[in-house]
Amino acid sequence: MQKRPFLKALGSSLLLTSTSTWLHAQTKPIRVGSTLSLTGPLAGTAVMHKIAGDIFIEQLNKRGGLLGRPVEWVVKDDQSKPDLARTLYEQLISGENVDLLMGPYATANSLAAMGVAQRNGKVLITNSFGIPSLAKYDMHFPAYVMGIDPGTTVPNTLLDAIAASGAKPQSVAIVTSKFPSVVFLSVGAREVFKKRGLREALWLEWEFGNRDFGPIASRLKEANADVVWIGSIGAESLQLLEAMNKIDYKPKIHFHVYPTPGPLAQSPLAANALTLTTFEQHAPFTNNPAYAEAIKLYNERAAKANLPDTVFELQAANAFAGWQFLEAGVKGAGSLEDAKIAAWLKKNRVDTIVGKVRFDGPNNYGDDLNRIKQLQGGKWVVIHPKDVALPGSKMQF
Amino acid sequence: MPSAGLLLQALASGVFLGALYGLIGLGIGLGWGLLRQINLAHFAWVFLSAYITYELKTRLGVDPLISLLVLVPLFAALGMALQAVFARFAITPFNSLLVTFGITVSVEALLQWIWSADFRRMSSFYDEHKFRLGSVVVTYSEALTLGMSLAAVGLVWWMLHRTDMGKSVRASAEDPAIATAFGINAKRLAIALAGLCAALAACAGVCVALTFTLAPSQIFSWVGVVFAVVMIGRLGSALTPLLGGLAIGISESMTQALIAPTWAPLVAFTVLILILLLRRGDE
Repeated sequence: MQKRPFLKALGSSLLLTSTSTWLHAQTKPIRVGSTLSLTGPLAGTAVMHKIAGDIFIEQLNKRGGLLGRPVEWVVKDDQSKPDLARTLYEQLISGENVDLLMGPYATANSLAAMGVAQRNGKVLITNSFGIPSLAKYDMHFPAYVMGIDPGTTVPNTLLDAIAASGAKPQSVAIVTSKFPSVVFLSVGAREVFKKRGLREALWLEWEFGNRDFGPIASRLKEANADVVWIGSIGAESLQLLEAMNKIDYKPKIHFHVYPTPGPLAQSPLAANALTLTTFEQHAPFTNNPAYAEAIKLYNERAAKANLPDTVFELQAANAFAGWQFLEAGVKGAGSLEDAKIAAWLKKNRVDTIVGKVRFDGPNNYGDDLNRIKQLQGGKWVVIHPKDVALPGSKMQF
Repeated sequence: MPSAGLLLQALASGVFLGALYGLIGLGIGLGWGLLRQINLAHFAWVFLSAYITYELKTRLGVDPLISLLVLVPLFAALGMALQAVFARFAITPFNSLLVTFGITVSVEALLQWIWSADFRRMSSFYDEHKFRLGSVVVTYSEALTLGMSLAAVGLVWWMLHRTDMGKSVRASAEDPAIATAFGINAKRLAIALAGLCAALAACAGVCVALTFTLAPSQIFSWVGVVFAVVMIGRLGSALTPLLGGLAIGISESMTQALIAPTWAPLVAFTVLILILLLRRGDE
């Protein structure tokens, strides 16, 4: 056997192998691991995050992915259970060897994931973390942009919206679920209402999962307050409105903390209901043409998934914004190293679908981007503050 | 101090909710007492029936009461088929708990697959119309739930105490060996009774759809309170689940009206413990 051709062939094959390994490393997908509550009591909302996330990943890959590599989203179902979310995040990091993490849905699950992320030094972006003071991990970034003290800022925004309408309420009734992220806001609201001179006509709490809203409605009717703050989550708002309607009581101004927007929009009883949002599918939010395709796709896929509400709003927008943080962080840092991504995010503002977001405040929280929307003619319309309100809209009574 | 009107309205609310607890508890209590089965799938049947009622009403405009004509035989057949499987494999009471839990989880997944996990609310004539009894407002759906619960209790009581089949079922539950010696076909009776229990679940499902917002995961939120109702009543009895339901429903509502809604579950389960303690003294 001749020595020279053999060495030539060996050299070529080594070069080919190493080139193909290098090329493979450059095109190997970046894997982002997360859990969502695809089953269990939180599934109704988590599916919106799934649809929004899928759309974002598709569009991100179309524009070249991250650092020239495609992105793959590894999603596991945490069944709405924090203990399972914790285990699954451990698996994602140590078993699946994902490159990056994306947070789960809901405060309790996010808190469970946060512990795992902290132990492993991973950046964690959450889309619906409701109690900012508990988010102590310095590489956690909240995509529900509610500021560090929503217990103060949210009720103040509500009262500002009411004041801007010309109404001058004297009394407030606060009824609330004891669901942690809801009662936290209601307790804050209680203090704000007192400070702003409203007489407290009623304060009531109920256990999450309460079935009988009749007596609560009757007590609200007797209290007859000018403003009713309903600390609700999910279907509780609708159940309480039905109970109030039964006894012919309709509060003049009623605010709902975290209602399920779809069924509420379909019910005539919820007319003029007020609630929070960071994004609504109307101008000026939809003025940016960059998001038109994503919104259209979301509407189509939500309809296909048989969701009663197919509108792109708070939940989908927060999920979308969370992915925008991750994209901006990786591109800004030019690296997949979590510490570098976190450092970049802390120093910079990210332009997202819900607005410009900063992370330089306590626990990486910046501004509270909650806006007040109202159900008008079966459609949710942002009415406050003026700069993001639907042009020409005003609070209805 | 709350007004008399508020208290009466809360009392009525407790009665109607208690009637629904009683209607659901009736089917579970009969199965537990007479078939020796702890049938968690009963809750799954209730919600499956509620979702079908919702679908028939919203898609085809079928009146919820008319939908009973389809649902009652359908669920009776389902219950009988399940009982035939239980008999074939000689499922023990403890194993029935495990098997029916598995069925319930599967039905929850099925509901989520078909109707998504989001909330569904059926609007109907019965929910939109109401009448007054003095100062108390009653919706047609509440009155219907109470009426259906009373009718079911009456029918089951009559069946158990006035028909040969009922007497045979009770005899078979008390001493299966002697009952068989007297020519009672326990297997066939068990299948018929399981059908009745599932039919009662279908009726309860219609009431749930009339009154409540539906979500698949809510199946499990009813388990604790309905089991309390069944425990307050006597297993296999026709009347006592309704009485147990009323005791829990009224205590919950009055607590909400007089003290605080958050105390309602505590008071309801304290009532359960007290009744069980007092009954123990009776025996």
